[in-house]
Amino acid sequence: MSNTAVKPRIEKIPLKEKLFHKLPMFLVPVLALAGLAAIGNPSSWLTLTVAGLAMGMMIFIMASGLTVVFGLMDVINFGHGAFVAVGAFVGFTVLAWLAGWTASPSVMLNLAAVLIAILAAMLITGLLGLAFERVIVMPVYGEHLKQILVTMGGLIVAQQMIYVVWGPDELHISRPQALQGSFVIGEAAIEKYRLVAVAIGLALFLAMRHILKKTRIGLLVRAGVENGEMVEALGYRIRRLFLIVFMTGSALAGLGGVMWGLYQETITAHMGSEIMVLVFIVVIIGGLGSVEGCFIGAMLVGLLANYTAFLAPKVALISTIALMVVILMWRPQGLYPVVKAK
Amino acid sequence: MLTRLLSGDTPRSGLLTALLLIVLISLAFAPFLFPGIRSLETAARICIFIVLVASYDLLLGYAGIVSFAHTMFFGIGAYGTALALSTTGPGYGALIWGTAAGAVVAAVFALAIGLFSLRVKAIFFAMVMLAVASAFAVFVSQMSWLTGGEDGLNYKIPRELTPAFKLIDEKILGVRVNGKLLAYYLVFFVSAILFLVMLRIVNSPFGRTLKAVRDNAFRAEAIGYRVVWYRTTATILSAVMAALAGSLLAIWLRYTGPATTLSMEIMIDILLMVVIGGMGTLYGAVLGATLFILAQTYLQTLMGVAADATSAVPLFSTLVAPERWLLWLGVLFILSVYFFPSGIVGRLRAGRA
Repeated sequence: MSNTAVKPRIEKIPLKEKLFHKLPMFLVPVLALAGLAAIGNPSSWLTLTVAGLAMGMMIFIMASGLTVVFGLMDVINFGHGAFVAVGAFVGFTVLAWLAGWTASPSVMLNLAAVLIAILAAMLITGLLGLAFERVIVMPVYGEHLKQILVTMGGLIVAQQMIYVVWGPDELHISRPQALQGSFVIGEAAIEKYRLVAVAIGLALFLAMRHILKKTRIGLLVRAGVENGEMVEALGYRIRRLFLIVFMTGSALAGLGGVMWGLYQETITAHMGSEIMVLVFIVVIIGGLGSVEGCFIGAMLVGLLANYTAFLAPKVALISTIALMVVILMWRPQGLYPVVKAK
Repeated sequence: MLTRLLSGDTPRSGLLTALLLIVLISLAFAPFLFPGIRSLETAARICIFIVLVASYDLLLGYAGIVSFAHTMFFGIGAYGTALALSTTGPGYGALIWGTAAGAVVAAVFALAIGLFSLRVKAIFFAMVMLAVASAFAVFVSQMSWLTGGEDGLNYKIPRELTPAFKLIDEKILGVRVNGKLLAYYLVFFVSAILFLVMLRIVNSPFGRTLKAVRDNAFRAEAIGYRVVWYRTTATILSAVMAALAGSLLAIWLRYTGPATTLSMEIMIDILLMVVIGGMGTLYGAVLGATLFILAQTYLQTLMGVAADATSAVPLFSTLVAPERWLLWLGVLFILSVYFFPSGIVGRLRAGRA
């Protein structure tokens, strides 16, 4: 091996292709400005925008795992919602145990309780993901029809198991002291928890980008998305990579579940399948397999859902479907099509 | 004659024939064999769900399309009839045009969806349909001025189909011959006819091409069949059948609401029925629907007994609690996708060969 590195020739990217990649990023500010124009009142617009971004971030946390799993393994997990619900239930149970910490005025204790709850939820859903991948998904790699059916079956069983373990009633819990209440900027009230959600989501997005772009495992994942057989031929055990990614995706769903649960303060066993609708819309808008697309899609859906909930509450969910249809008319494979060959 | 009626698609297994005959005879004479309101309700439900599940099998088993929006078409049919009856009052005219309108709307929806999204991959289609169906359900429950929202619609049906109407005064075999009985036989015969029509469809050249498209779309396209056309037509046919089944339910229940027609639970029930009964064969729909609804109605009682018997064992008794019957059907569902993807019917047919 010589030490002289061969410098790759970097070709100039034509403007059209650059635009192809940059264009979707402008959608979020454009939508925000359109929202401002439609709502008129800047302070309620600010409240709604922060709420929309927080909602978008939480959806992104849940959807990112799903989209990476699809990109890498060509598996769509219809049971993903079950991880969200299980995560929320585990998190709430832990928070209930730590009731003394969450009720105390100390910010540190509050945050520690939330952190422990999140870690517990991620651990449990990660392990559940391990079992799910090994038992349910592994025998049906490559068969889409069976995957859809089997993961749906997994969702049914997991939901019923939640009933068995936690009982049929919904759980209520109030947010820790430090995360209650809101800041007031001018006339706009901004809930503290929403800012926390935005911060966590943003941190997660940057971390994911860093891992995917800068680390060895990210390189392998990206290579696997591009051409799994080649990665295998080069001597990497792609099955193990699958498993790691699947578990990470499940753990992220658990994290999203806890955060969504704390946002709503009420959780039910079928919350997962309800939120999966939004998650699917986001994943489709972003382009199956694309993390960046998923992020932009989540922001768009979050903002749009909040704006329309304010302007015309009856059409809130329809508006996100309409957004999906419009995006698919523009780019039939979603904002950033990733999976071309398959 | 009988073979022609079944479009040449005989059950091809002794045991299967016997089971189907048992189902047929039990349903045909349900009011006399199993007197009582609860069993009549169950029998009518089975008839309607056989049509609904068979129409879903047309899509899933024969065309290989996974859609989670089948309840949407079911609901459109039900709401069509319900709205016609509740706005113009009970009459056969309203009944017929409501049903027809429901079927037409379902067909138009299916056409739009087919043209819009059947070109894409199965996974994509399934996800889009899931989103569309849930949006539709929310939409219906929010249009409360028209659909009654979450409460749904209560309405009157023609008097001849209600218990108040007496055809003859004497009882036949101890059963009062009233409008409820007539309504049951309306449901039964319409279901039987719809089932035979579907059997005709899947055994026609069209049905065979559909299977070819399912097994290898690329090859079918290469031979010269227009795959998108076949898939779209299958979607429309299955949507219309589902809408008609919905109308039957609307007539039978005299009530239509989101919970009975549009909910995700019903979609999951249909999925379980198709897969457990057997995909790609309409007889699977008969057995799947019958077993599932019997389980839904009577297994819970059985499980209640089991839960009482094992109440000393803490976790196990909650596992067999009557509310948890879906858990076990879910497990059965996963197992049947793995080990006998052709369902009960496939098993029975293979056992003979």
